[in-house]
Amino acid sequence: MEQQELIPHLFRTEYSKITAVLCKLFGFEHIQIAEDIASETFLLAFETWTYKGIPANPAGWLYIVAKNKAKNYFNHNKIFAEKILKQIQYSNIKDEALEIDLSEKNITDSQLQMLFAICQPSIPAEAQIGLALRILCGFGIDEIADAFLTNKETINKRLFRAKEKLRLEKVQINFPGKTEIDKRLETVLTTLYLLFSEGYYSESKNAVIRKDLCLEAMRLTYLLIENEQTNQHPTNALLSLMCFHASRLDARTTINGEIILYQDQDENLWNHELILKGNYFLTQASNWNILSKYYLEAKIAYWHTIKADTAEKWESILQLYNHLLQLEYSPIAALNRTFALAKAKGKQIALIEAEKLNLPGNHFYHILLGELCRGIDNIRAKKHFKKAFSLAKTQTEKNTIKMKIEEL
Amino acid sequence: MKEFILIFRHENATAKVSPEQMQIWMKQQMDWIGGIAAQNKFISGTGLLFDDAKVVRHNNIVTNGPFGEIKETLGGYIMVKAESVEEAVEFAKGSPVLQGEGNTVEVRQITKH
Repeated sequence: MEQQELIPHLFRTEYSKITAVLCKLFGFEHIQIAEDIASETFLLAFETWTYKGIPANPAGWLYIVAKNKAKNYFNHNKIFAEKILKQIQYSNIKDEALEIDLSEKNITDSQLQMLFAICQPSIPAEAQIGLALRILCGFGIDEIADAFLTNKETINKRLFRAKEKLRLEKVQINFPGKTEIDKRLETVLTTLYLLFSEGYYSESKNAVIRKDLCLEAMRLTYLLIENEQTNQHPTNALLSLMCFHASRLDARTTINGEIILYQDQDENLWNHELILKGNYFLTQASNWNILSKYYLEAKIAYWHTIKADTAEKWESILQLYNHLLQLEYSPIAALNRTFALAKAKGKQIALIEAEKLNLPGNHFYHILLGELCRGIDNIRAKKHFKKAFSLAKTQTEKNTIKMKIEEL
Repeated sequence: MKEFILIFRHENATAKVSPEQMQIWMKQQMDWIGGIAAQNKFISGTGLLFDDAKVVRHNNIVTNGPFGEIKETLGGYIMVKAESVEEAVEFAKGSPVLQGEGNTVEVRQITKH
């Protein structure tokens, strides 16, 4: 790897590890110190390596420097040191001296515990995602701002408020107890799903960032699978869902970030390795014999890895949506279910059902109605597409709808 | 929004049906419920097993049943949200259970406290 790529890559992976371990040690109230030490470590690496060359084991080098920096910080900040040492003793660690454990196991444990700490229902979802990206994925503020299509100031404010909240609520960085884990895991998985979706549906022009968001969400989900306590049905189902979706990452957008609709995608660009992984985790998830929301969604995503339109495919997708909607209603599931119904039973039947959905302010609803009317009543179809155009929020969506109007 | 229970009663519930016929009914039932759920008006519902059904009577007399003694047996129920009893009745009209002559769907409003 060239040095130009090595530093950002190391930063992504190692910054988050160092921060997680230090933050776990210091507690959330001192997260800024943990982040500063990690940042200074990288600054020193950049200055040193530029002249002396990259060490054989760059990560090991970074860990030694980070440890020394943390120890120095302790020696020069007696009040802080006493406070932390007291905490550490309180949490039953016997050693008087500060020991910073950057072993692989402790890194993984710290990251998992941080993940559970960050995913608090009391913190707004977008702040949870921002914190996860910053602390657990090592994303820069610029990159986070780019992913959310906003500016640095907004992200900085958002992260600051979230950190304040964690501090004020005295959120502990530890693994939830056995009785609590299922409930907490649900929140963690929701955040990871949102993190993934943020990348998958992001309108950011930066393809690398979009993809990295998805891959980081998958990496964190995989951390949960590697841990015995969190290797549960929904974790496997969610990872399966992510694998299936991610298999189409390269096929679903142009270089400029314009969306290529499923029907128009080049199947050769679908990633078959990820499809196989998706199948594997779907099978793992089925061992629990539970039909969860993520499992049903993963099954639907599985059917979409087969491009050919068959009666079996759409009938299966329809039944999966029937089931999904019984578990949890969402407008998008209702719309997709009606689309599947049209594929399985014909547009006429689907149109009757679509009219009952009552989602007049939703532009996807009008796109669906337009599609169902197309070829049956083109004047009405045009009316719906025009309505969808006026309701659409982004330029990409407006362009897609415009093309549909022109096709009529 | 009010809540209603739609109760399915089958005449001749023990009659033998082919697995293929059962598959078709099941699918129809799922499509019907899916359509209600897509309107965000499905609350819950389930089928009731005929196996091991018992009836507990006055003086705690337990009998197998209830088949053979009454004309219609309870096959299942779903609970839905609806603005009015008329809307709930419209849901009921779509029920595949009604394809069987003599079968009924009873619509009752649920009391809310």
